[in-house]
Amino acid sequence: MKDKSVVDKLNSIEEYERTPVPSSKLKGLRSFLGMYAGEHTAGTEFVIGPLFVAHGVSIGALFSGLIVGNILAVLSWAYITSPIATGVRETLYFKLEKICGRKLVVIYNLVNGMMFCFLAGSMMAVSATAVGIPFNIAMPELGDWLPTGPGWIITVFAVGSVMTLVAMLGYEQVSKFANVAAPWMILVFIAAAFAALPELGITSLDDFWAVADAKIWTGIPAEGQSKFTFWHVMFFAWFCNMAMHIGMADMSILRYAKKWQYGFSSATGIFLGHFVAWIASGILCAAAAGAIAPGPIAYSAAGTAGAICVIVAGWTTANPTIYRAGLAIQGIMPKVRRWKVTLVVGLITTLAACFPALVMMLLDFVALYGLVLMPMGAVIFIDYYILPKLKLKQNYAEHKGLGFYWAPAFTWFATLALCLILNMTLGIEIFFLGLPGWFLAASFYIVASRLMQQKSATQLQSAP
Amino acid sequence: MKTIVKILSLIGLVLTLLPAILYFYDYISADLHKQLMLCGTLIWFVSAPLWMNKSQEAS
Repeated sequence: MKDKSVVDKLNSIEEYERTPVPSSKLKGLRSFLGMYAGEHTAGTEFVIGPLFVAHGVSIGALFSGLIVGNILAVLSWAYITSPIATGVRETLYFKLEKICGRKLVVIYNLVNGMMFCFLAGSMMAVSATAVGIPFNIAMPELGDWLPTGPGWIITVFAVGSVMTLVAMLGYEQVSKFANVAAPWMILVFIAAAFAALPELGITSLDDFWAVADAKIWTGIPAEGQSKFTFWHVMFFAWFCNMAMHIGMADMSILRYAKKWQYGFSSATGIFLGHFVAWIASGILCAAAAGAIAPGPIAYSAAGTAGAICVIVAGWTTANPTIYRAGLAIQGIMPKVRRWKVTLVVGLITTLAACFPALVMMLLDFVALYGLVLMPMGAVIFIDYYILPKLKLKQNYAEHKGLGFYWAPAFTWFATLALCLILNMTLGIEIFFLGLPGWFLAASFYIVASRLMQQKSATQLQSAP
Repeated sequence: MKTIVKILSLIGLVLTLLPAILYFYDYISADLHKQLMLCGTLIWFVSAPLWMNKSQEAS
Protein backbone atom coordinates (compact mmCIF):
# COMPACT_ATOMS: atom_id res chain seq x y z
CA MET A 1 0.00 0.00 0.00
CA LYS A 2 2.83 2.33 0.90
CA ASP A 3 4.60 1.55 -2.39
CA LYS A 4 1.47 2.43 -4.32
CA SER A 5 1.22 5.82 -2.65
CA VAL A 6 4.82 6.59 -3.67
CA VAL A 7 4.06 5.64 -7.29
CA ASP A 8 0.89 7.76 -7.19
CA LYS A 9 2.91 10.69 -5.89
CA LEU A 10 5.51 10.27 -8.65
CA ASN A 11 2.75 9.97 -11.28
CA SER A 12 1.23 13.20 -10.02
CA ILE A 13 4.41 15.21 -10.71
CA GLU A 14 3.60 17.29 -13.79
CA GLU A 15 6.59 18.48 -15.82
CA TYR A 16 4.72 19.82 -18.91
CA GLU A 17 6.72 17.71 -21.35
CA ARG A 18 4.21 18.25 -24.20
CA THR A 19 2.44 21.44 -23.19
CA PRO A 20 3.66 24.98 -22.47
CA VAL A 21 4.40 25.68 -18.80
CA PRO A 22 1.34 27.52 -17.38
CA SER A 23 1.90 30.96 -15.85
CA SER A 24 0.96 29.64 -12.39
CA LYS A 25 3.99 27.34 -12.46
CA LEU A 26 6.62 29.91 -13.45
CA LYS A 27 9.57 30.32 -11.11
CA GLY A 28 11.24 33.38 -9.68
CA LEU A 29 14.80 34.52 -10.16
CA ARG A 30 16.19 32.86 -7.02
CA SER A 31 15.34 29.41 -8.32
CA PHE A 32 17.54 29.99 -11.38
CA LEU A 33 20.36 31.64 -9.45
CA GLY A 34 20.59 28.55 -7.25
CA MET A 35 20.20 26.13 -10.13
CA TYR A 36 22.94 27.71 -12.26
CA ALA A 37 25.29 28.30 -9.33
CA GLY A 38 24.95 24.66 -8.29
CA GLU A 39 25.12 23.17 -11.75
CA HIS A 40 28.21 25.03 -12.90
CA THR A 41 30.12 24.69 -9.67
CA ALA A 42 30.57 21.05 -10.50
CA GLY A 43 32.82 18.12 -9.83
CA THR A 44 34.31 18.60 -13.27
CA GLU A 45 35.67 22.00 -12.21
CA PHE A 46 38.13 20.00 -10.12
CA VAL A 47 39.37 18.41 -13.37
CA ILE A 48 39.24 21.42 -15.72
CA GLY A 49 41.26 23.79 -13.49
CA PRO A 50 44.22 21.39 -13.33
CA LEU A 51 43.95 20.86 -17.09
CA PHE A 52 44.77 24.52 -17.68
CA VAL A 53 47.77 24.17 -15.39
CA ALA A 54 48.93 21.09 -17.31
CA HIS A 55 48.52 22.83 -20.67
CA GLY A 56 50.82 25.64 -19.65
CA VAL A 57 48.39 28.55 -19.69
CA SER A 58 50.07 31.75 -18.52
CA ILE A 59 48.39 33.62 -15.68
CA GLY A 60 47.49 36.58 -17.90
CA ALA A 61 45.99 34.36 -20.60
CA LEU A 62 44.00 32.44 -17.99
CA PHE A 63 42.40 35.43 -16.30
CA SER A 64 41.70 37.42 -19.49
CA GLY A 65 40.51 34.34 -21.40
CA LEU A 66 38.14 33.31 -18.62
CA ILE A 67 36.66 36.80 -18.26
CA VAL A 68 36.00 37.26 -22.00
CA GLY A 69 34.84 33.67 -22.63
CA ASN A 70 32.52 33.60 -19.64
CA ILE A 71 30.93 36.93 -20.56
CA LEU A 72 30.24 35.56 -24.05
CA ALA A 73 28.71 32.41 -22.53
CA VAL A 74 26.36 34.44 -20.31
CA LEU A 75 25.33 36.61 -23.27
CA SER A 76 24.61 33.44 -25.27
CA TRP A 77 22.24 32.21 -22.54
CA ALA A 78 20.62 35.59 -22.07
CA TYR A 79 20.11 36.62 -25.69
CA ILE A 80 19.86 33.32 -27.58
CA THR A 81 18.41 30.64 -25.27
CA SER A 82 16.27 32.52 -22.79
CA PRO A 83 14.06 34.66 -25.10
CA ILE A 84 13.04 31.58 -27.11
CA ALA A 85 12.56 29.44 -23.98
CA THR A 86 10.24 32.01 -22.39
CA GLY A 87 8.59 32.69 -25.75
CA VAL A 88 7.41 29.12 -26.38
CA ARG A 89 7.65 27.66 -22.83
CA GLU A 90 8.13 24.18 -24.25
CA THR A 91 10.87 21.62 -23.81
CA LEU A 92 13.64 21.54 -26.39
CA TYR A 93 12.40 18.14 -27.52
CA PHE A 94 8.78 19.10 -28.05
CA LYS A 95 9.86 22.23 -29.94
CA LEU A 96 12.17 20.18 -32.15
CA GLU A 97 9.37 17.71 -32.81
CA LYS A 98 7.28 20.55 -34.24
CA ILE A 99 10.15 21.72 -36.44
CA CYS A 100 11.78 18.44 -37.47
CA GLY A 101 9.13 15.76 -37.21
CA ARG A 102 8.93 12.93 -34.75
CA LYS A 103 11.30 10.48 -36.49
CA LEU A 104 14.20 12.92 -36.66
CA VAL A 105 13.64 13.95 -33.05
CA VAL A 106 13.81 10.29 -32.00
CA ILE A 107 17.35 10.16 -33.46
CA TYR A 108 18.25 13.49 -31.86
CA ASN A 109 16.79 12.48 -28.49
CA LEU A 110 18.68 9.20 -28.47
CA VAL A 111 22.00 10.95 -29.18
CA ASN A 112 21.19 13.73 -26.70
CA GLY A 113 19.97 11.41 -23.96
CA MET A 114 22.98 9.11 -24.19
CA MET A 115 25.38 12.06 -24.12
CA PHE A 116 23.67 13.46 -21.05
CA CYS A 117 23.93 10.02 -19.44
CA PHE A 118 27.70 9.91 -19.99
CA LEU A 119 28.10 13.50 -18.82
CA ALA A 120 26.15 12.78 -15.62
CA GLY A 121 28.17 9.58 -15.26
CA SER A 122 31.40 11.54 -15.19
CA MET A 123 29.95 13.70 -12.38
CA MET A 124 29.05 10.56 -10.43
CA ALA A 125 32.56 9.21 -10.89
CA VAL A 126 34.09 12.48 -9.63
CA SER A 127 31.79 12.40 -6.59
CA ALA A 128 32.69 8.78 -5.95
CA THR A 129 36.42 9.62 -5.76
CA ALA A 130 35.58 11.62 -2.63
CA VAL A 131 33.09 9.16 -1.12
CA GLY A 132 35.82 6.53 -0.88
CA ILE A 133 38.22 8.62 1.21
CA PRO A 134 36.71 8.18 4.70
CA PHE A 135 36.00 4.48 3.99
CA ASN A 136 39.53 3.87 2.73
CA ILE A 137 38.27 2.38 -0.53
CA ALA A 138 40.91 2.10 -3.25
CA MET A 139 39.85 4.69 -5.79
CA PRO A 140 40.91 4.71 -9.45
CA GLU A 141 43.68 7.03 -10.58
CA LEU A 142 43.05 9.22 -13.58
CA GLY A 143 45.12 6.76 -15.61
CA ASP A 144 42.66 3.93 -14.91
CA TRP A 145 40.04 3.16 -17.53
CA LEU A 146 38.25 0.13 -16.08
CA PRO A 147 36.51 -0.34 -12.69
CA THR A 148 39.19 -0.88 -10.06
CA GLY A 149 37.24 -3.29 -7.88
CA PRO A 150 33.98 -4.06 -6.04
CA GLY A 151 34.54 -1.21 -3.57
CA TRP A 152 34.56 1.33 -6.38
CA ILE A 153 31.48 -0.17 -8.03
CA ILE A 154 29.52 -0.22 -4.72
CA THR A 155 30.51 3.40 -4.10
CA VAL A 156 29.40 4.51 -7.56
CA PHE A 157 26.08 2.66 -7.19
CA ALA A 158 25.45 4.27 -3.79
CA VAL A 159 26.12 7.76 -5.21
CA GLY A 160 24.13 7.01 -8.40
CA SER A 161 21.09 5.74 -6.49
CA VAL A 162 20.73 8.92 -4.47
CA MET A 163 21.29 11.16 -7.52
CA THR A 164 18.70 9.23 -9.56
CA LEU A 165 16.12 9.35 -6.78
CA VAL A 166 16.40 13.15 -6.52
CA ALA A 167 16.18 13.53 -10.32
CA MET A 168 13.07 11.28 -10.37
CA LEU A 169 11.30 13.70 -8.06
CA GLY A 170 11.53 16.38 -10.75
CA TYR A 171 12.81 19.90 -11.28
CA GLU A 172 11.32 21.17 -8.03
CA GLN A 173 13.49 18.84 -5.94
CA VAL A 174 16.57 19.41 -8.11
CA SER A 175 16.17 23.17 -7.73
CA LYS A 176 15.71 22.90 -3.96
CA PHE A 177 18.85 20.85 -3.50
CA ALA A 178 20.91 23.17 -5.72
CA ASN A 179 19.61 26.19 -3.80
CA VAL A 180 20.80 24.76 -0.50
CA ALA A 181 24.15 23.51 -1.75
CA ALA A 182 25.27 26.42 -3.95
CA PRO A 183 26.34 29.13 -1.45
CA TRP A 184 28.23 26.67 0.75
CA MET A 185 29.88 24.93 -2.18
CA ILE A 186 31.50 27.98 -3.71
CA LEU A 187 32.80 29.03 -0.29
CA VAL A 188 34.47 25.62 0.08
CA PHE A 189 36.19 26.08 -3.30
CA ILE A 190 37.48 29.50 -2.19
CA ALA A 191 38.42 28.27 1.29
CA ALA A 192 40.30 25.24 -0.10
CA ALA A 193 42.27 27.50 -2.43
CA PHE A 194 43.15 29.85 0.46
CA ALA A 195 44.25 26.89 2.57
CA ALA A 196 46.43 25.54 -0.28
CA LEU A 197 48.26 28.83 -0.94
CA PRO A 198 50.80 28.50 1.95
CA GLU A 199 51.88 25.15 0.42
CA LEU A 200 53.03 27.15 -2.62
CA GLY A 201 54.83 29.74 -0.52
CA ILE A 202 52.12 32.39 -0.83
CA THR A 203 51.68 33.97 2.59
CA SER A 204 50.07 37.27 1.62
CA LEU A 205 47.79 38.29 -1.23
CA ASP A 206 50.43 40.74 -2.45
CA ASP A 207 52.59 37.73 -3.40
CA PHE A 208 49.78 35.96 -5.27
CA TRP A 209 50.31 37.15 -8.84
CA ALA A 210 54.09 36.77 -8.85
CA VAL A 211 54.14 33.34 -7.18
CA ALA A 212 51.18 32.05 -9.20
CA ASP A 213 52.99 33.14 -12.37
CA ALA A 214 56.09 31.24 -11.27
CA LYS A 215 54.53 28.13 -9.71
CA ILE A 216 50.94 27.59 -10.96
CA TRP A 217 50.15 29.08 -14.38
CA THR A 218 53.72 29.14 -15.60
CA GLY A 219 53.12 29.28 -19.34
CA ILE A 220 55.07 26.03 -19.71
CA PRO A 221 52.99 22.93 -20.57
CA ALA A 222 53.58 19.61 -18.84
CA GLU A 223 55.40 16.97 -20.87
CA GLY A 224 53.28 15.65 -23.71
CA GLN A 225 50.64 18.39 -23.38
CA SER A 226 49.85 21.01 -26.02
CA LYS A 227 50.34 24.70 -25.22
CA PHE A 228 47.15 26.65 -24.43
CA THR A 229 46.87 30.36 -25.23
CA PHE A 230 44.31 33.11 -24.47
CA TRP A 231 42.25 31.85 -27.43
CA HIS A 232 42.07 28.30 -26.10
CA VAL A 233 40.90 29.51 -22.70
CA MET A 234 38.41 31.99 -24.17
CA PHE A 235 36.80 29.51 -26.57
CA PHE A 236 36.86 26.77 -23.94
CA ALA A 237 35.06 29.01 -21.44
CA TRP A 238 32.53 30.13 -24.06
CA PHE A 239 31.78 26.76 -25.60
CA CYS A 240 32.20 24.19 -22.82
CA ASN A 241 28.42 24.58 -22.37
CA MET A 242 27.72 24.99 -26.09
CA ALA A 243 24.94 22.37 -25.97
CA MET A 244 23.21 24.28 -23.18
CA HIS A 245 23.17 27.80 -24.64
CA ILE A 246 23.57 27.97 -28.43
CA GLY A 247 22.52 24.31 -28.61
CA MET A 248 19.31 25.33 -26.77
CA ALA A 249 19.28 22.42 -24.29
CA ASP A 250 18.55 24.88 -21.46
CA MET A 251 15.21 25.72 -23.06
CA SER A 252 13.89 22.86 -20.92
CA ILE A 253 15.00 24.68 -17.76
CA LEU A 254 14.50 28.33 -18.74
CA ARG A 255 10.92 27.71 -19.94
CA TYR A 256 9.98 28.03 -16.26
CA ALA A 257 11.44 31.56 -16.05
CA LYS A 258 9.02 34.43 -15.45
CA LYS A 259 11.13 36.77 -17.60
CA TRP A 260 13.61 36.20 -20.41
CA GLN A 261 16.14 38.32 -18.49
CA TYR A 262 16.55 35.40 -16.07
CA GLY A 263 18.97 34.02 -18.67
CA PHE A 264 21.51 36.37 -17.09
CA SER A 265 21.25 34.25 -13.93
CA SER A 266 23.67 31.89 -15.69
CA ALA A 267 26.33 34.42 -14.66
CA THR A 268 26.17 33.08 -11.08
CA GLY A 269 27.17 29.61 -12.22
CA ILE A 270 29.58 30.76 -14.87
CA PHE A 271 31.57 33.27 -12.85
CA LEU A 272 31.55 31.26 -9.65
CA GLY A 273 32.04 27.87 -11.28
CA HIS A 274 33.95 28.57 -14.46
CA PHE A 275 36.08 31.36 -13.03
CA VAL A 276 36.51 31.07 -9.26
CA ALA A 277 36.33 27.26 -9.14
CA TRP A 278 38.69 26.73 -12.11
CA ILE A 279 41.23 29.08 -10.55
CA ALA A 280 40.76 27.43 -7.13
CA SER A 281 41.21 23.90 -8.49
CA GLY A 282 44.29 25.02 -10.42
CA ILE A 283 45.76 26.22 -7.13
CA LEU A 284 44.83 22.91 -5.43
CA CYS A 285 46.46 20.94 -8.26
CA ALA A 286 49.70 22.95 -8.02
CA ALA A 287 49.73 22.62 -4.21
CA ALA A 288 49.31 18.85 -4.56
CA ALA A 289 52.37 18.71 -6.85
CA GLY A 290 50.32 18.23 -9.98
CA ALA A 291 47.91 15.58 -8.63
CA ILE A 292 44.52 15.72 -10.31
CA ALA A 293 42.19 13.25 -8.49
CA PRO A 294 39.37 15.52 -7.21
CA GLY A 295 38.58 13.84 -3.90
CA PRO A 296 42.11 13.61 -2.48
CA ILE A 297 43.22 17.12 -3.56
CA ALA A 298 40.13 18.70 -1.97
CA TYR A 299 40.54 16.56 1.15
CA SER A 300 44.20 17.52 1.57
CA ALA A 301 43.36 21.25 1.48
CA ALA A 302 40.01 21.38 3.28
CA GLY A 303 39.62 18.07 5.11
CA THR A 304 36.29 16.25 5.27
CA ALA A 305 34.39 19.39 4.18
CA GLY A 306 36.49 19.45 1.00
CA ALA A 307 35.66 15.82 0.26
CA ILE A 308 31.95 16.51 0.89
CA CYS A 309 32.23 19.45 -1.52
CA VAL A 310 33.49 17.17 -4.30
CA ILE A 311 30.55 14.82 -3.71
CA VAL A 312 28.01 17.65 -3.68
CA ALA A 313 29.61 19.45 -6.64
CA GLY A 314 29.24 16.31 -8.74
CA TRP A 315 25.73 15.78 -7.42
CA THR A 316 24.36 19.23 -8.24
CA THR A 317 25.50 18.83 -11.85
CA ALA A 318 24.44 15.23 -12.25
CA ASN A 319 20.92 15.99 -10.97
CA PRO A 320 19.82 18.41 -13.71
CA THR A 321 21.77 16.39 -16.29
CA ILE A 322 19.90 13.18 -15.41
CA TYR A 323 16.69 15.24 -15.43
CA ARG A 324 17.48 16.49 -18.94
CA ALA A 325 18.40 12.99 -20.11
CA GLY A 326 15.04 11.75 -18.76
CA LEU A 327 13.24 14.44 -20.74
CA ALA A 328 15.22 13.57 -23.88
CA ILE A 329 14.47 9.85 -23.73
CA GLN A 330 10.86 10.54 -22.75
CA GLY A 331 10.52 12.44 -26.01
CA ILE A 332 10.87 9.04 -27.70
CA MET A 333 8.28 7.40 -25.43
CA PRO A 334 5.83 10.18 -24.51
CA LYS A 335 3.28 7.77 -22.99
CA VAL A 336 5.74 6.51 -20.36
CA ARG A 337 5.86 8.57 -17.16
CA ARG A 338 8.97 10.72 -16.86
CA TRP A 339 10.00 9.29 -13.48
CA LYS A 340 10.14 5.77 -14.90
CA VAL A 341 12.30 6.96 -17.80
CA THR A 342 14.56 8.83 -15.34
CA LEU A 343 14.96 5.65 -13.29
CA VAL A 344 16.25 3.76 -16.36
CA VAL A 345 18.43 6.72 -17.39
CA GLY A 346 19.88 6.85 -13.87
CA LEU A 347 20.76 3.16 -14.05
CA ILE A 348 22.55 3.58 -17.41
CA THR A 349 24.38 6.63 -16.03
CA THR A 350 25.45 4.73 -12.92
CA LEU A 351 26.75 1.81 -15.01
CA ALA A 352 28.73 4.26 -17.19
CA ALA A 353 30.14 5.98 -14.08
CA CYS A 354 31.77 2.70 -13.01
CA PHE A 355 34.32 3.27 -15.81
CA PRO A 356 36.92 5.91 -14.85
CA ALA A 357 37.64 6.36 -18.57
CA LEU A 358 34.61 8.66 -18.55
CA VAL A 359 36.54 11.15 -16.42
CA MET A 360 39.76 10.56 -18.35
CA MET A 361 38.07 11.47 -21.62
CA LEU A 362 35.88 14.19 -20.16
CA LEU A 363 37.24 17.23 -21.98
CA ASP A 364 37.18 15.55 -25.39
CA PHE A 365 33.70 14.30 -24.63
CA VAL A 366 32.37 17.71 -23.49
CA ALA A 367 33.73 19.30 -26.66
CA LEU A 368 32.19 16.62 -28.85
CA TYR A 369 28.77 16.61 -27.20
CA GLY A 370 28.45 20.37 -27.50
CA LEU A 371 29.36 20.30 -31.16
CA VAL A 372 27.03 17.40 -31.98
CA LEU A 373 23.98 19.12 -30.43
CA MET A 374 24.77 22.71 -31.47
CA PRO A 375 23.35 22.60 -35.07
CA MET A 376 19.84 21.89 -33.77
CA GLY A 377 20.12 24.99 -31.59
CA ALA A 378 20.83 27.01 -34.72
CA VAL A 379 17.80 25.38 -36.38
CA ILE A 380 15.52 26.47 -33.51
CA PHE A 381 16.97 30.02 -33.55
CA ILE A 382 16.44 30.45 -37.30
CA ASP A 383 12.99 28.84 -37.20
CA TYR A 384 11.90 31.18 -34.39
CA TYR A 385 13.37 34.50 -35.59
CA ILE A 386 14.33 34.36 -39.27
CA LEU A 387 11.85 32.13 -41.14
CA PRO A 388 8.82 34.38 -40.49
CA LYS A 389 10.79 37.35 -41.87
CA LEU A 390 11.50 35.32 -45.03
CA LYS A 391 7.78 34.47 -45.34
CA LEU A 392 8.57 30.81 -44.61
CA LYS A 393 6.59 28.54 -42.29
CA GLN A 394 7.73 27.95 -38.71
CA ASN A 395 7.24 24.52 -37.13
CA TYR A 396 7.04 23.11 -40.65
CA ALA A 397 6.85 19.43 -39.69
CA GLU A 398 3.85 20.11 -37.45
CA HIS A 399 2.26 22.31 -40.14
CA LYS A 400 2.59 19.65 -42.85
CA GLY A 401 2.19 16.62 -40.59
CA LEU A 402 5.68 15.34 -41.47
CA GLY A 403 7.40 12.61 -39.50
CA PHE A 404 10.84 13.47 -40.92
CA TYR A 405 11.63 16.93 -42.32
CA TRP A 406 14.75 16.97 -44.47
CA ALA A 407 15.73 20.64 -44.01
CA PRO A 408 16.86 20.32 -40.36
CA ALA A 409 18.16 16.79 -41.00
CA PHE A 410 20.41 18.06 -43.82
CA THR A 411 21.45 21.02 -41.62
CA TRP A 412 22.47 18.75 -38.75
CA PHE A 413 24.36 16.14 -40.77
CA ALA A 414 26.01 18.58 -43.21
CA THR A 415 27.22 20.87 -40.41
CA LEU A 416 28.74 17.98 -38.49
CA ALA A 417 30.34 16.59 -41.66
CA LEU A 418 31.92 19.96 -42.48
CA CYS A 419 33.12 20.40 -38.90
CA LEU A 420 34.65 16.92 -39.03
CA ILE A 421 36.44 17.80 -42.29
CA LEU A 422 37.75 21.05 -40.76
CA ASN A 423 38.94 19.11 -37.71
CA MET A 424 40.62 16.31 -39.65
CA THR A 425 42.10 18.19 -42.59
CA LEU A 426 43.04 21.55 -41.04
CA GLY A 427 43.54 20.24 -37.50
CA ILE A 428 41.16 22.84 -36.01
CA GLU A 429 40.38 21.81 -32.42
CA ILE A 430 36.74 21.02 -31.59
CA PHE A 431 36.27 24.03 -29.29
CA PHE A 432 37.13 26.41 -32.13
CA LEU A 433 34.52 24.82 -34.42
CA GLY A 434 31.44 25.91 -32.48
CA LEU A 435 31.36 29.46 -33.83
CA PRO A 436 31.79 28.74 -37.57
CA GLY A 437 29.64 25.61 -37.09
CA TRP A 438 26.71 27.65 -35.75
CA PHE A 439 26.78 30.05 -38.71
CA LEU A 440 27.14 27.14 -41.13
CA ALA A 441 24.10 25.46 -39.57
CA ALA A 442 22.08 28.68 -39.65
CA SER A 443 22.92 29.22 -43.34
CA PHE A 444 22.18 25.60 -44.26
CA TYR A 445 18.80 25.71 -42.55
CA ILE A 446 17.72 28.94 -44.25
CA VAL A 447 18.72 27.63 -47.69
CA ALA A 448 17.27 24.13 -47.11
CA SER A 449 13.99 25.54 -45.72
CA ARG A 450 13.57 27.84 -48.71
CA LEU A 451 14.21 25.01 -51.16
CA MET A 452 12.02 22.45 -49.37
CA GLN A 453 9.10 24.79 -48.72
CA GLN A 454 9.16 26.22 -52.27
CA LYS A 455 9.29 22.70 -53.71
CA SER A 456 6.31 21.72 -51.57
CA ALA A 457 4.35 24.83 -52.67
CA THR A 458 5.17 24.19 -56.34
CA GLN A 459 3.98 20.58 -56.06
CA LEU A 460 0.71 21.77 -54.51
CA GLN A 461 0.15 24.36 -57.28
CA SER A 462 0.87 21.87 -60.08
CA ALA A 463 -1.41 19.26 -58.58
CA PRO A 464 -4.56 18.74 -60.71
CA MET B 1 12.42 31.10 15.12
CA LYS B 2 13.12 31.56 11.40
CA THR B 3 15.49 34.43 12.19
CA ILE B 4 17.46 32.26 14.61
CA VAL B 5 17.76 29.51 12.00
CA LYS B 6 18.95 32.04 9.39
CA ILE B 7 21.57 33.37 11.80
CA LEU B 8 22.70 29.76 12.38
CA SER B 9 23.01 29.28 8.62
CA LEU B 10 25.09 32.43 8.34
CA ILE B 11 27.36 31.17 11.13
CA GLY B 12 27.70 27.94 9.15
CA LEU B 13 28.85 29.83 6.05
CA VAL B 14 31.25 32.02 8.05
CA LEU B 15 32.75 28.89 9.63
CA THR B 16 33.14 27.40 6.16
CA LEU B 17 35.26 30.25 4.81
CA LEU B 18 36.85 32.15 7.69
CA PRO B 19 39.04 29.35 9.16
CA ALA B 20 40.84 28.92 5.82
CA ILE B 21 41.63 32.65 5.74
CA LEU B 22 42.82 32.52 9.36
CA TYR B 23 45.04 29.54 8.47
CA PHE B 24 46.36 31.42 5.41
CA TYR B 25 47.43 34.29 7.68
CA ASP B 26 48.90 31.76 10.17
CA TYR B 27 46.49 32.55 13.04
CA ILE B 28 45.29 28.92 13.42
CA SER B 29 46.60 25.44 12.59
CA ALA B 30 45.62 23.39 9.53
CA ASP B 31 43.83 20.81 11.71
CA LEU B 32 41.74 23.44 13.48
CA HIS B 33 40.82 25.08 10.16
CA LYS B 34 39.60 21.72 8.80
CA GLN B 35 37.59 20.94 11.97
CA LEU B 36 35.92 24.35 12.00
CA MET B 37 35.13 24.04 8.29
CA LEU B 38 33.42 20.70 8.91
CA CYS B 39 31.40 22.25 11.76
CA GLY B 40 30.34 25.06 9.42
CA THR B 41 29.31 22.52 6.79
CA LEU B 42 27.18 20.55 9.25
CA ILE B 43 25.53 23.70 10.64
CA TRP B 44 24.74 24.88 7.09
CA PHE B 45 23.19 21.64 5.88
CA VAL B 46 21.13 21.18 9.03
CA SER B 47 19.83 24.75 9.18
CA ALA B 48 19.57 25.99 5.56
CA PRO B 49 16.86 23.55 4.35
CA LEU B 50 14.64 24.74 7.23
CA TRP B 51 14.22 28.16 5.59
CA MET B 52 15.68 28.24 2.08
CA ASN B 53 12.93 26.40 0.21
CA LYS B 54 9.99 27.02 2.50
CA SER B 55 8.36 29.84 0.61
CA GLN B 56 7.63 30.11 -3.08
CA GLU B 57 9.24 33.47 -3.63
CA ALA B 58 7.68 35.76 -6.15
CA SER B 59 10.61 37.80 -7.32
